[in-house]
Amino acid sequence: MFQRVGKSEASVIISVDGTRVTARAGDTVAAALLAAGLTSTRTTPISGTPRAPYCMMGVCFECLVTIDDVGNRQGCLIPVSEGMRVDTQKGKREAGR
Amino acid sequence: MSAVTSLDDHYDVAVIGAGPAGLAAATVTATAGLSTVVLDDNPAPGGQVWRAVTTTPVQDRRVLGDDYWKGQEIVQAFQASGAKHALGAAVWSLSREREIGVSFGGGARMLEARRVVIASGALERPFPIPGWTLPGVMSVGGAQTLLKASGLVPGGRVVLAGAGPLLWLFAHQMLQAGGQIHAILDTSDRAGWRAALKHAMPFVTSPYLVKGLKLMAGVRRRVRLLTGVTSLAAGGRNKVEAVIFRQGSEGGQRMAADMLLLHQGVVPNVNLAMAAGVEHHWDAQQLCFVPVLDTFGGTGIEGVAIAGDGAGIAGAEAAVERGRLAGIAAVRALKGDTGKLPDETASRKVLAKYDGARAFLDTLYRPSRGFRIPAGDTIVCRCEEVTAQQVIDNVRIGCTGPNQLKSFLRCGMGPCQGRMCGLTVTELIAETRGVTPAEIGYYRLRPPVKPIALAELASMPKTESDVTAVVRI
Amino acid sequence: MSPDVIVIGGGLHGCSTALHLAMRGSKVMLIEKDHVGRHASGVNAGGVRRLGRHVAEIPLSVASMEMWHRIRDLVDDDCGFESHGQVKVAEDEAELARLRARVDDVTALGFAHEELIGQQELREIVPAIADHCVGAIVCRTDGAALPYRTVQAFKRKAESLGVVFKEGTRVLGLQRADGVWRVETDKGVETATVIVNCAGAWAGRIAEALGEPVPLEVIAPMLMITGPMPAFLQPVVGSAGRTLSFKQFANGTVLIGGGHRGTAHPDDNRTDLDWERLAINAKTVYDLFPVMRTAQIVRAWAGIEARMPDDIPVIGPSSTSEGVFHAFGFSAHGFQLGPACGALMAELVTTGRSNMPIAPFDIRRFQTAA
Repeated sequence: MFQRVGKSEASVIISVDGTRVTARAGDTVAAALLAAGLTSTRTTPISGTPRAPYCMMGVCFECLVTIDDVGNRQGCLIPVSEGMRVDTQKGKREAGR
Repeated sequence: MSAVTSLDDHYDVAVIGAGPAGLAAATVTATAGLSTVVLDDNPAPGGQVWRAVTTTPVQDRRVLGDDYWKGQEIVQAFQASGAKHALGAAVWSLSREREIGVSFGGGARMLEARRVVIASGALERPFPIPGWTLPGVMSVGGAQTLLKASGLVPGGRVVLAGAGPLLWLFAHQMLQAGGQIHAILDTSDRAGWRAALKHAMPFVTSPYLVKGLKLMAGVRRRVRLLTGVTSLAAGGRNKVEAVIFRQGSEGGQRMAADMLLLHQGVVPNVNLAMAAGVEHHWDAQQLCFVPVLDTFGGTGIEGVAIAGDGAGIAGAEAAVERGRLAGIAAVRALKGDTGKLPDETASRKVLAKYDGARAFLDTLYRPSRGFRIPAGDTIVCRCEEVTAQQVIDNVRIGCTGPNQLKSFLRCGMGPCQGRMCGLTVTELIAETRGVTPAEIGYYRLRPPVKPIALAELASMPKTESDVTAVVRI
Repeated sequence: MSPDVIVIGGGLHGCSTALHLAMRGSKVMLIEKDHVGRHASGVNAGGVRRLGRHVAEIPLSVASMEMWHRIRDLVDDDCGFESHGQVKVAEDEAELARLRARVDDVTALGFAHEELIGQQELREIVPAIADHCVGAIVCRTDGAALPYRTVQAFKRKAESLGVVFKEGTRVLGLQRADGVWRVETDKGVETATVIVNCAGAWAGRIAEALGEPVPLEVIAPMLMITGPMPAFLQPVVGSAGRTLSFKQFANGTVLIGGGHRGTAHPDDNRTDLDWERLAINAKTVYDLFPVMRTAQIVRAWAGIEARMPDDIPVIGPSSTSEGVFHAFGFSAHGFQLGPACGALMAELVTTGRSNMPIAPFDIRRFQTAA
């Protein structure tokens, strides 16, 4: 759980697993998911256990999400944009999504 | 602007990383009139230490502090220098011929540079404890990035655990931002203080001392501090619910927690340099692999230099100077002495000041053995979910090094490419075999050092000879 | 205690030869300059394939395939071998006609393992294949194994039968006196009556030292692997018209290879990747497997191996030196031949002959009449 501080920027609407989420301009996808209250952002392909962003700097690959149908993207490096469709990944992601 | 086609085929200088060292290097070379491109996978300049310094919503300067805002000046100088900055550009390959593979704006391409400065900085040392993969467990650096870039402050019962300057800095910043810290569990070895004293003199006269002590004192007044922590685990089912720990040889304690933030120092981010073939050696003081460099950051590969924390941990101020030196060397190599160069001696003076203090900090915050070399079911490789015991068992049946371990266990074969387990694996194998980490070495790294979309690679512009199809039955 | 036989090279062929020699009662030492499976044997695509073999290799390949299907009996490990077939697809009628002619040739030689299939059956076997593909050759009982695990299994089994492995030991020179070979290494001298040269990319140096130089080219075939994808593919897929070897592992990752080459630097165990050629490899996959268009490449690498000008190996006795046998130059498709070729080498060494037709692999084929 995170709280927002600082000046409020313009809001950006994205969808996360089909649900409307309001992010702040300048957020990365991973930041937006955490700010929206998601505890975990994927389950692993090996054991299916839940994971969440860990390093926020492109190193750990825990924040992998599907963005606009392209899977395994690093959520912590990609800024949100209006209308972006984010899907969390459960285990091995679905091919060709 | 942000399309891969906006990049040229050739640059005089390519700088990889837009943190303190990269920005400083690029400023020097671009100001001297060399065509310069800075490639960085983050969405804004500043690297990690000055992350989002041009865009942060945290405008109250007391929160992130003067050292953070100092970055603004460096970024502005860079922006005025005429260097091209490719934001969100992920470099996935660097060859000995200085050919760079980069993904940018949804496309991939190769480009060439006469000089390359690798300024890929540091990453946090792995902190493999039981439960460190649970949601709610995060690195201190990760939490700090959320604060800088998005103005997000962790809430609920937040526990910080570990050691090192960044932990104290973030604690201070979090408190300044109005956050609350439930407790700090200090894992630094008490013996570290005694050992560090012999390096104390240079430290006392260094810029670290006053700032550091003041900051720690401020945090200690406001947060419950538990020292001498010798074991640590995150407990919970699908998220962290508690921190389980021991102080010294006392019995186990359990503390309810909603977030656990871990940190035990930073180490060079070696992936690109190693994959390019730069020779590295084990640094027994900093307990990590560092590149073999000349006094300007030059590597054994013609035209390739490393600047900043990727050259060995020394901090942001030193990184700026090391970036300048790499920039100066590039300009001299390509243009001779043009006069339009910053003062080399000034940079070296600043560096000496920080170098002198480093031994004290390295010794003081040397992460304890138990937090570097895990045991039992503790996950070592987060990607492939390989445990310490599996590593030990495989070493005992004849797996002699990290590269064989990849084949035996897939350890280090996931998307992070060993960044989260490389040092742990080296030290774990070394200890199990009773040899030094230097003898074990690191994973053999290869490009792509960042994943590349198959579609991007498939549509990469090709040279004529490659278009000729290979026909065979 | 000197061994009877020294095998030079700890790849699959060296380990398999050592194992089979030990099974025949020989005392064997294997000398490897790095570690077992360090190069091509440990990092290849793992294809266990008769499909598309040079006709000279078919008998040996067919014999090896039978051994792969019982591989556990040989080395006490299944080597990750799975038999979901190998498929070579045609993208148009012209390619299909070439495949048909190939199957006719193989059938005429009396072999039945290659079958031509049409578009419908191709889609049943490879549902993810692009719509434009019109047919294929299939070898239904071909398959794939895990290379590193395989080499390790052969090594372990050989060791259990008394083979001595000297890893991290480099051969510097060979001398023969009084019917005994002295093998000089960087760790001292070893002696044996027989030498088997299984040194892969480095085998040409040994042949040269024996006065029978070969036109061996050191190559670095490249491979890429993706992050995990849901299961969509069982057989290994190749292409009639393009360079491709394509398969999905049980963990969901997808291996892309087929023989595009990087640059090998055998002196320092190093390879450089050629991204422009890997891009062609990626384009092939993009075209043939639409599901792969969102895949991410997470790693790429190349092994170092030997290729002969005619793309078939050198197998058999030395033409210049008594007590020396060669097995090298497998030209990027030696993995499947490993089990049977080791058995063949052991037979050659211990009995001096074999029923396998090995004449096409004779080292003398490169010795032009001067």
